[in-house]
Amino acid sequence: MNKKSLESWSPWILLLLSILIWEGLCRAFNVSEFIFPSPSRIAQQTIEYRDVIAGHAWRTYWVTMVGFGIAIVVGVLLGFIIGSSRLAYAAVYPLMTAFNALPKAAFVPILVVWFGIGIGPAILTAFLISFFPIMVNIATGLATLEPELEDVLRVLGAKRWDVLVKVGLPRSMPYFYGSLKVAITLAFVGTTVSEMTASNEGIGYLLISAGSAMQMGLAFSGLVVVGAMAMLMYELFSYIEKRTTGWAHRSSQGE
Amino acid sequence: MTQESFVDFQNVWLAYNDELLAENHFAVEDINLQVKQGEFIAIVGPSGCGKSTFMKLTTGLKMPSKGRILVDGQPVTGPLKISGMAFQASSLLPWRTTLDNVLLPLEIVEPYRSNFKRNKAEYAERARKLLNTVGLGGYEDKFPWELSGGMQQRASICRALIHEPKMLLLDEPFGALDAFTREELWCILRDLWTEQKFNVILVTHDLRESVFLADTVYVMSKSPGRFVVKKEIDLPRPRDLEITYTPEFTNIVHELRGHIGAMRKTGAAINP
Repeated sequence: MNKKSLESWSPWILLLLSILIWEGLCRAFNVSEFIFPSPSRIAQQTIEYRDVIAGHAWRTYWVTMVGFGIAIVVGVLLGFIIGSSRLAYAAVYPLMTAFNALPKAAFVPILVVWFGIGIGPAILTAFLISFFPIMVNIATGLATLEPELEDVLRVLGAKRWDVLVKVGLPRSMPYFYGSLKVAITLAFVGTTVSEMTASNEGIGYLLISAGSAMQMGLAFSGLVVVGAMAMLMYELFSYIEKRTTGWAHRSSQGE
Repeated sequence: MTQESFVDFQNVWLAYNDELLAENHFAVEDINLQVKQGEFIAIVGPSGCGKSTFMKLTTGLKMPSKGRILVDGQPVTGPLKISGMAFQASSLLPWRTTLDNVLLPLEIVEPYRSNFKRNKAEYAERARKLLNTVGLGGYEDKFPWELSGGMQQRASICRALIHEPKMLLLDEPFGALDAFTREELWCILRDLWTEQKFNVILVTHDLRESVFLADTVYVMSKSPGRFVVKKEIDLPRPRDLEITYTPEFTNIVHELRGHIGAMRKTGAAINP
């Protein structure tokens, strides 16, 4: 096996090793499955409850994607505004930072009062937790423009808008895709957290109900499913990023 | 037969903002300068002496605090579209091919802007020709990061020239290149200028470069940013690189060096 293929297989090898060690430890110390289930037990329960899990997973998935979609729209718009105007940047950025520091789980009870139990709080929590990185990255991309290039264009009579569209937006695309990768994983966190208290469906709800029924294997398979979904979406955006903004990653592609 | 000046600076002073103006702290002071149509001038001086400020004044990106600037007979009131600019960093856009980078100004400046889509083929042809004259034929569809530093700088100069400006402003355009590439680009710039006879204002700290290329070399002092020496270069044209090894050439460079050396000494005496 050469170096390159070793590199691409390494996450799988590490995963396999961890599972083996986990399994080994559970068996060697005879850990009760109510405390810490072994991978084989989790797999067994996953298969046993696959329909239930699939239903909850689908719910969590589409709720997350709706929240994430809103986050993209709002994040890009806000990022565009604060990235293109110094005044807006000065006014909005400190408030946004303060808002971002608030634990989003704390919003769930408030959202329940406003929207009731169900998809409302879950979508909004996913949105609230994931729009910030998108906004910051778009704003950064727009704000980092070489002064020389701006002179070259301004002398030709370019308006702010021209500079933003011709230079700012394309330049911020790599930042944008980079932020999507971070934001999608956060969005799954948001949905799951919200579903734990404010829903009768979804992986978050499954985790709570499995926990209270001492179905530890099932609870763990819920975690595995969320992790897998977030991973898949991350990889998807990472692929899109490489395809569309290859010019920004040229050094890592080894030309 | 006196010729109208193309660029005319009359007692121009610039402070960057009102507070500096109130303190009488100027970036450039009392600039008087007359440039003939088609003249190639070079401005040399230590870094931070206001050379780049001078460029911003000429292109209308900055307005003088005092004095008057006329270009082509008209007072400068805003960005001058008849100018093209290139800098030490080529600042080409990495997501555009070389050709598309060169075409960028035409997407912005009128009258090309309004009919850019319709005439794109014609403009692309013009850009190809221009790239060809600077030796970039065959590189039109490469991305900037696939080009060497010298090639990027050539493309950057093409971008500055694509809308056929009357005035080309270059701010240390060859500063980051190795000596051989630099001399190669001197010749390319010389040939472009000989052919098209636009005005050139070249800001540099390379004395040999300024003497080789320019008709007139101005030496600027640092704080205050003033023009202290004007030197007409009467070396015959067309000039070949060989001329840089002649005693006449070396004498001029030496003389200019003397001015800058003297300035540095007095500067040192004032601010020990």
